[in-house]
Amino acid sequence: MSSNKKYWKSVEELKDNSSIVETLKQNEFVNEIPTDEFLGDKETLESSSTTRRDFLKYVGFSTAAASLAACEGPVIKSIPYVVQPESITPGVANYYATTIADGFDFASVLVKTREGRPIKIENNNLANTHNGANARVNASVLGLYDSLRVKSAMKSGQEILWSTFDTETNQKLTDLKNAGKEIVLLTQTYASPSTSKLISEFKAAYGNVRHVVYDAVSESAALDAFEVAYGTRGMANYDFSKAMTIVSVGADFLGDWQGGGFDSGYAQGRVPKNGKMSRHIQFESNMSLTGANADKRVPLTPSQQKQVLAKLYSLVVGGSVSTDLPEHINAAAQKAASELKKAGSNGVLVTGIQDVNAQTVALAINESLASKAFDTSTPILTRQGKDADVTKLVADMKAGRVGGIIMSGVNPMYTLPNASEFAEGLEKTELSIAFSMKADETSTLAQYIAAAPHYLESWGDVELKKGHYSLMQPTIRPLFDTRQFQEALLLWNGNDKNYRDYIKEAWGTGILSGSSFNKALQDGVYVGSIATETVDTTSDSETSIIDDLLGDSQPTVVSAGSAARALASSVSQGELELSLYTKVGMGDGQQANNPWLQEFPDPITRTSWDNYLTMSAKDAEKYQVKNWHVANGGLNSSLVELTVNGIPVTVPVIIQPGQAVGSLGLALGYGRKNGLKEEMQTGKNAYHFYKDFNTAQSDVSLKVVSGEHEFACVQLQNTLMGRGDIIKETTLEIFSTKDKKYWNPIPKVSLNHEEVAVTDPNVDLWDEFDRSIGHHFNLSIDLNACTGCGACVIACHAENNVPVVGKDEIRRSRDMHWLRIDRYYSSEDTFEGDNKKKEDTKGLAIIDAFEEMENAADNPQVAFQPVMCQHCNHAPCETVCPVAATSHGRQGQNHMAYNRCVGTRYCANNCPYKVRRFNWFLYAQNDEFDYYMNDDLGRMVLNPDVTVRSRGVMEKCSMCIQMTQKTILDAKRDGREIKDGEFQTACSAACSSGAMVFGDINDKDSKVAKLKEDDRMYHLLESVGTKPNVQYHTKVRNTTEA
Amino acid sequence: MIQVIYRQLASKIPYLGLVILLTFSTSLTAQEGDPAKGKTLFNTNCAACHQLDKKTTGPALRNVEARLADEQGLDRTWLDAWIRNSAGMVKSGDAYANQIFNEYNGTAMTAFPQLTDQDISDILAYTAVDPCELNPQSSPDCPGYVQPTGGDNPDDEGGISNKLILGALAILFALLAIALVLVRKTLNRFAEEKGIDAVAKDKSLPIWKAFVQNQFLVLVTSIFFLLASAYFIYGYLSQIGVDQGYQPVQPIHFSHKIHAGDNGIDCKYCHSSARVSKTSGIPSLNICMNCHKSVYEYKGETTDKYSKEFYDGEIQKLYAAAGWSDADQKYTGDAKPVKWVRIHNLPDFAYFNHSQHVEVAGVQCQTCHGPVEEMEEVYQFAPLTMGWCINCHRETDVNVKDNAYYTKIHEELSKKYGVEKLTAAQMGGLECGKCHY
Repeated sequence: MSSNKKYWKSVEELKDNSSIVETLKQNEFVNEIPTDEFLGDKETLESSSTTRRDFLKYVGFSTAAASLAACEGPVIKSIPYVVQPESITPGVANYYATTIADGFDFASVLVKTREGRPIKIENNNLANTHNGANARVNASVLGLYDSLRVKSAMKSGQEILWSTFDTETNQKLTDLKNAGKEIVLLTQTYASPSTSKLISEFKAAYGNVRHVVYDAVSESAALDAFEVAYGTRGMANYDFSKAMTIVSVGADFLGDWQGGGFDSGYAQGRVPKNGKMSRHIQFESNMSLTGANADKRVPLTPSQQKQVLAKLYSLVVGGSVSTDLPEHINAAAQKAASELKKAGSNGVLVTGIQDVNAQTVALAINESLASKAFDTSTPILTRQGKDADVTKLVADMKAGRVGGIIMSGVNPMYTLPNASEFAEGLEKTELSIAFSMKADETSTLAQYIAAAPHYLESWGDVELKKGHYSLMQPTIRPLFDTRQFQEALLLWNGNDKNYRDYIKEAWGTGILSGSSFNKALQDGVYVGSIATETVDTTSDSETSIIDDLLGDSQPTVVSAGSAARALASSVSQGELELSLYTKVGMGDGQQANNPWLQEFPDPITRTSWDNYLTMSAKDAEKYQVKNWHVANGGLNSSLVELTVNGIPVTVPVIIQPGQAVGSLGLALGYGRKNGLKEEMQTGKNAYHFYKDFNTAQSDVSLKVVSGEHEFACVQLQNTLMGRGDIIKETTLEIFSTKDKKYWNPIPKVSLNHEEVAVTDPNVDLWDEFDRSIGHHFNLSIDLNACTGCGACVIACHAENNVPVVGKDEIRRSRDMHWLRIDRYYSSEDTFEGDNKKKEDTKGLAIIDAFEEMENAADNPQVAFQPVMCQHCNHAPCETVCPVAATSHGRQGQNHMAYNRCVGTRYCANNCPYKVRRFNWFLYAQNDEFDYYMNDDLGRMVLNPDVTVRSRGVMEKCSMCIQMTQKTILDAKRDGREIKDGEFQTACSAACSSGAMVFGDINDKDSKVAKLKEDDRMYHLLESVGTKPNVQYHTKVRNTTEA
Repeated sequence: MIQVIYRQLASKIPYLGLVILLTFSTSLTAQEGDPAKGKTLFNTNCAACHQLDKKTTGPALRNVEARLADEQGLDRTWLDAWIRNSAGMVKSGDAYANQIFNEYNGTAMTAFPQLTDQDISDILAYTAVDPCELNPQSSPDCPGYVQPTGGDNPDDEGGISNKLILGALAILFALLAIALVLVRKTLNRFAEEKGIDAVAKDKSLPIWKAFVQNQFLVLVTSIFFLLASAYFIYGYLSQIGVDQGYQPVQPIHFSHKIHAGDNGIDCKYCHSSARVSKTSGIPSLNICMNCHKSVYEYKGETTDKYSKEFYDGEIQKLYAAAGWSDADQKYTGDAKPVKWVRIHNLPDFAYFNHSQHVEVAGVQCQTCHGPVEEMEEVYQFAPLTMGWCINCHRETDVNVKDNAYYTKIHEELSKKYGVEKLTAAQMGGLECGKCHY
């Protein structure tokens, strides 16, 4: 029987005469290894003079030689100046006041330079304009050292001399002038008195000249409305610190709404004083930074926003409108209106709806409230673009009516929805010049690229608000052969002055009224009398704006009442509406080649290196769109094809808690291709959908397509799951009526089966050190004032040489950010609800409860928490380090000696705050990480006082010990005591909202010492007993409905 | 008549003599300057711009008074006025004053109203001294010049005598050895004759065999050798990267001995950023040129290796680097920055601040850099290891005097530690993060 069994290895063997089996018997390995290919033929081998033995000898010798040579240090050369500039002392930083004005971001800043290299942007505290340096402004210094900048003038892709450029362009301009053809200047908003003067001189010189101001992200509606109401083309200035009730309808005023920069005023009003703080109600579609900070947030679609605004107008000012709002929104609107009315002049209403009617209504409501926060006397001038002008220009260009076009600071080929029409028009012009730092989408199509300098290499002046001037001065000699737009205008105008002298002269006659120009230059800012006559900075059309509004889709501006009625009639056309927005990191996209900003996690989604469609969970279910986590800790999503106005784009989706059902969000500023490193070409261009410069688009459809997208998201856990001690919060009512023990209790631990406070010395595992002598640093973070803007994150990058690791590494959770801003959603409607659910659930039901609590609510409360190394007095990381690489300083800082670290990562495992970062790779001078640290130019931004860490070592926040040490040394040298406020960290100095305060708690009069005694103070995970030197201040929400 | 004439003449002689005497007496008083005093005055006031024999910022001044008188017919009064207020003279339109002013690129000479007549006389006396009179060696043209022979070693005599003694001793020992060999031979011969056997050899094991057989000894020895080699390997490895004694050849032979030693220039005159910055700074070439515009040759002591020509050549290298044309007394603008070889290299992860040590603590430069003022070529004096830093921090008292920053902390800490003076270590100077960040 057994002999009948046939064992077989493949089915082929079962056949009797299989050729395959035969072949296999002959030759088991069918394909011979082609040794000839890599060994070469026999002849070559034999004729070679190198035998195998010789080869081994060479290898041996060279290895030995290499290892011997490694024992010798390299010879380092030092090259001093031939003539040392008086202002430069090697090793000592200089600060210059200047101004960023790139058309999107405007701010007075201080620039720190070392040995002549700008290395960091800081706030100019002399500037009393509202604009602090946001994340993008902080990151802008890296743009100076961008290796892909255009390095000289170019003509059709070839570098040319400026002299050639001058002769050719002069000739062409003269030809155009003689032929009577129109020359168009298409520029960003400069808000610069001297530039306006130059342009008017240019107009005088060339006759048929049109100046079109173009803002990539338009605020035209607000400007038009303000111009009609108050006669100046500007935007109303809001001081939110004076408002007790803030109602925002779709205005992301903590983001980039109307130029941004309102957060410091807002934050002032958010800190409870004498039981009072402002109340903030937000109606919006996307979850914005502003909505995340609101006390009450009502999600609704863009078309509903218009109706709510109309409703508010009718309730606050008067008149009747009929709306078809859902009941809960209607109720919320009514409550908001009654609160506004009750607040009276302490109330303010803002709106971000891109509609002249909406903006007119908002102005009317504030007028009617006589709002103290509403200021029309010093309008903000940092947006000047007029949509109608741009539309008309494109039409004229297409029709061949434009002879020549000179562009500066704009990239219409990228930012225009009808870019192809612009391209068509551009071809028809006889002369096209683009002043640009990059060979971008537009400049590559222009005949000439005039290499433009970075703002840190330029002169300039800006009128940020009416009467509030700011000067721009170069902080470094131009790195490349560049020329700024204004210098070129001077040449074309036949003026042989340089631009600096021109500004000085213009200021001397027009602005300074006798004060010193040098003083203004040193301060960076100058506040003139408000009545100072401003040069007309607007574009050409002198006729009233009503004539300019194109088509019938936009109603003519009449009265606010009829505007409100027009708004009320707005109805959604489809079942989905798209809201375009700008991200804190990327803005309008002009800094897309900045790796700091690409890697900066969005404050809301915590996702970097991408833009994506945000969608509500309900809609996601409806369209079967999914987000899921994969094994390596990454976040993946389905891809959808989004079609807006007939244009399809395939985008990934993030299911966004708080997104209004029926609405979608997509960030502008991504999807750029030209002039960017490959790694930076991220996301999809949403400007394709930016029809009529309206952020709200209604002709939207969506379908899931095959494929999935990999995100680089740094925070996958969205909720606190009832752990209320991580972000302590309470309501204003409880805060002002109840005892601290009730809303900010000290955690209890068990000692000998008795509950004792964790601060009790008896429960301590460690011996207490005496820290009463000398300095003892503390960093205080007020969760009420923190808006989550992220300026501190970038400031920390710049100060501490934090490397950029790229999308793949971020996805693997290997981000190197020393400072992260955690964002949490509530799982119930409130965080309080989460805590209650956790406490109330008994027994095994807690497992299900926790599972539910992993998911955020549809309209959750949001909390931000900046987390950096907590510099624990009893640090768990220190006790586990086998080589004592991390140890404690007497001044409260937890030190990290990189040269001592051997990379066991025990410390990171033992850190309860997860703030330690491991260098998995060498990030500097490594082609695998081709970001700024890989080229000589990019490395110029590195701070010479901070070590660039190498592979295999742990790093973390040092509490900017290089800055505290410098402050101490300066005081020692001067022989004086240190005043409060002198000690700063990069993050606290960058925080314009005042949420972060740094100082010495042994100085009992210091601000931070007082904050430590504040009732709201608590420590993160206090129950662990680590005794951190970072304090948090309990978040108080004003839920009291007036 | 002749007589009369003669008489008349003779009668005039006294007058003439008086006139001559008076004329010369004034000039005699004027020339009664003291060249020694004049030298001092010249060096303090004039040497920055003038040399005796070389045109620098200003003209060469050798025999200036005589030359002025001969060539321009200008007297001492003119010179006095010029020295005290040249600008005024240029303004007043004096022809020669303007000529000089223009010849020297319109650089006005500093006014010296403080110089008295006597001072000026002293200076002029110094300029009028024949250089050979002071020092016949100053120039080969001097009558008393002796060609330096070189190689004359004052130790030569002693060397010869040493050699003699050594030679004598060697001969003595050789003689002794020969004598001993002879004695032994003789004794052996005697023994042979008497029939006595030479001492029979013991049949013991050779020592190395005995050693190999003794296992205990082998074990102990090998352990000893292992430990010893471990010790030396450790020692070798731990001095990797320690470049104590590193003395590279610099592109320009800059002698700290001449500058800081012989001329006593303060370190911080050139390394001025040591006062305010973390780096002491390598002086920029314009600092060198502050002095070397007028110091165009070396006048100090020389040796074989470092002759005057050698040093002068190095100064020429400086001129080439700074783009200074010595002949035209002008910068050509063609500068070539000097690539110095850095001697003291701290690793990037160690933060050291000069101003903290030099300005706040008042540490002498020599504490870490050694006797730089004696170094012809600078070398790394200290090991610059962490242990060396730490040691100093342990031993050095903090300089808290008259420094308001320290008042409070010093009072509290000295109470805590019960000491009068605090070391840097007690102040927290041993904490990792103070130097590593």
